[in-house]
Amino acid sequence: MLPAILVLATLAGLLGLLLGYAAERFRVEEDPIVDQINALLPQTQCGQCGYPGCRPYAEAIASGEADINRCVPGGESVIHALADLLGRDPKPLAEDVGEAKEGKYVAVIDETQCIGCTLCIQACPVDAIVGAAKHLHTVIAEECTGCELCVAPCPVDCIHMEPVKPDLNTWKWPSPADRWIDITPPAAAESAG
Amino acid sequence: MSYDFSRLHRFHGGLVLEEHKRESSETPIETLPLPDLLTLPLQQHIGEPATPMVRVGETVAKGQRLARPEGYVSVPIHAPTSGKIVAIGDFPVPHPSGLKAPCIVLEPDGEDRWCEPENPIEDYTALDPSALRNRIRDAGIVGLGGAGFPSFIKMNPATGRPIDLLVVNGAECEPWITCDDRLMRERAEAVVGGIHILLHALSAAQCAIAIEDNKPEAIAAMRRAVASVGDDRMQVVEIPTLYPSGGEKQLIYVLTGREVPSQGLPADIGIVCHNPGTIAAIHDAVVHHRPLISRIVTVTGDGVKRPANVEALIGTPMVDLIEHCGGYTPGADRLIMGGPMMGYALPEDDLPVIKTTNCLLVATRRTLPLPPPPRPCIRCGECERVCPARLLPQQLYWYAHARDFDRIQDYHLFDCIECGCCAHVCPSHIPLVQYYRYAKTEIWEIERERRKAEQARQRHEARLARLEREKREREERLKKKRKAVRTDGDRRKAEIAAALERARRKKAGGEAQGAATTPKAQGDD
Repeated sequence: MLPAILVLATLAGLLGLLLGYAAERFRVEEDPIVDQINALLPQTQCGQCGYPGCRPYAEAIASGEADINRCVPGGESVIHALADLLGRDPKPLAEDVGEAKEGKYVAVIDETQCIGCTLCIQACPVDAIVGAAKHLHTVIAEECTGCELCVAPCPVDCIHMEPVKPDLNTWKWPSPADRWIDITPPAAAESAG
Repeated sequence: MSYDFSRLHRFHGGLVLEEHKRESSETPIETLPLPDLLTLPLQQHIGEPATPMVRVGETVAKGQRLARPEGYVSVPIHAPTSGKIVAIGDFPVPHPSGLKAPCIVLEPDGEDRWCEPENPIEDYTALDPSALRNRIRDAGIVGLGGAGFPSFIKMNPATGRPIDLLVVNGAECEPWITCDDRLMRERAEAVVGGIHILLHALSAAQCAIAIEDNKPEAIAAMRRAVASVGDDRMQVVEIPTLYPSGGEKQLIYVLTGREVPSQGLPADIGIVCHNPGTIAAIHDAVVHHRPLISRIVTVTGDGVKRPANVEALIGTPMVDLIEHCGGYTPGADRLIMGGPMMGYALPEDDLPVIKTTNCLLVATRRTLPLPPPPRPCIRCGECERVCPARLLPQQLYWYAHARDFDRIQDYHLFDCIECGCCAHVCPSHIPLVQYYRYAKTEIWEIERERRKAEQARQRHEARLARLEREKREREERLKKKRKAVRTDGDRRKAEIAAALERARRKKAGGEAQGAATTPKAQGDD
């Protein structure tokens, strides 16, 4: 009887120590679901969802505080991806967050009007505007997420959003399901005629 | 590893097509007169566009470098003739998008004056492979078969695996195209010379020159050239005519029976494959110090009066080539760059010839009728039977149509070589290859977006960290100041107290000792 109790007690003690060690060793600092949600968000950091950036919105979704249909730049595809991840039903974009824009945009500063006030630099969530006080500012186009946060603070209204045009490396073939491509070259047909 | 080509292999599927080679293959290569203007796109290759090194108004010599490569996967652009730079800007380029792209426009001065060659090579065998590679890159050489992959990268196998076999891809399997056929017939020595250079640069032991058996003259010419140099490392291999035997992976299978791994490179199995045009260009670059400034273009089809192969300077307007070949016939309907299977229709003919323009096919509706509107897929499996990559085209179509870009990759979309066999046999006339191209560019876009989002996330986090740090630093500074004020205050209080104490003592001492304390008080100050 006694040996059995001793053996079990020792075993329980050892396993307890092991579990305690494992809990310390493999501790997860944060809720991993927040990272997974954040990875699906477009990282525009535009704040249109009502949260100050993508990560706070991801945290709000994870805690159940926010719904999955508040990401405007992500649009339908992000809602579907979030629905898949969280096992919920996809729903249309929330009405109070604004309309989704077609295509991509990049902020452009009109250099003839910029007064160098640095307000846009402070507003940019990804540090994509360079400049200094009383010096001309400019947008690093490759880093701009098109969030439009810099447009409103500009006191002289010299920032506007321009659509990003595709170049040879970013152009996409249209889907044949979308449209029947007319492959008659007008020039060849004319000069032939 | 050494290969024996006495027994060839047959890849899965493929098609026997109407050849239409005779139309353009029976007359020698013609040289085009100098055009009035040359338009040189900065991106004529796969990779990053080159960066201009000249200004508008500058006079340049033939062969002078006009744009330098930007990044690793890039090559320079050279002046095809001497003249003046008249514009640098966006102009229409031959591309399925019909987009404008940055170009340098050169007005020839008619002198055709060469520049001094940059450090000419006396004996390339004395050079080490990396110097040869740089040389080939500096000459702006890209794959002339149509893909336009910078050639020097193929000579720099990243896998670290030694190269056993060099394959010269003279299959030219697509109908109508004959530029490699004519090149091998007329300039076999240059091709053999280029093979020598490549064998040296790759330290490869063996070379197979594969030519489809519908080109007996080219086979004979290459055999003669190989025999005249008496190099037993090279062997001309006659392969059966079957489209797409000129596909790199298919050709390697035909010759060796080995498969290039999915999404891998031939270098992964110790093989490197080059087009004969590219090899001749390498020979010209290394031996004659001549960068890639011209290429042979097949101008053919029943929409052009006198089909022929012409050697055109890069940047020549396509309309000049067509006029040189007698102009359009009545009924000319479409201008296609490349062949009828893999080429794409161009919206106009005032576009420049670029390094990858192997063929200009002017078709009438008789030879190349417009495809009828597609009907639903009946899952007959005909496409699967002809697919040379052994894919399931109907599944790929299904997922591309449904925009399921994850599943489509499970079906190895990126192993599709876009040969067009599946679409050719489809009884429902579904533009299958269009679907695959659409899905590929969509997936690349998703990948780009993902990378961009990741970058934005990192930048945003870096910004938050910076703001946090600045706030902390400000607080610390403030705290220090406050502390300084406080300690400063203490010191002053002590000083005041000390002064009061002195005054008190002075007063007390003054009363006691009279005038004797005055000098001491002054000394204290």
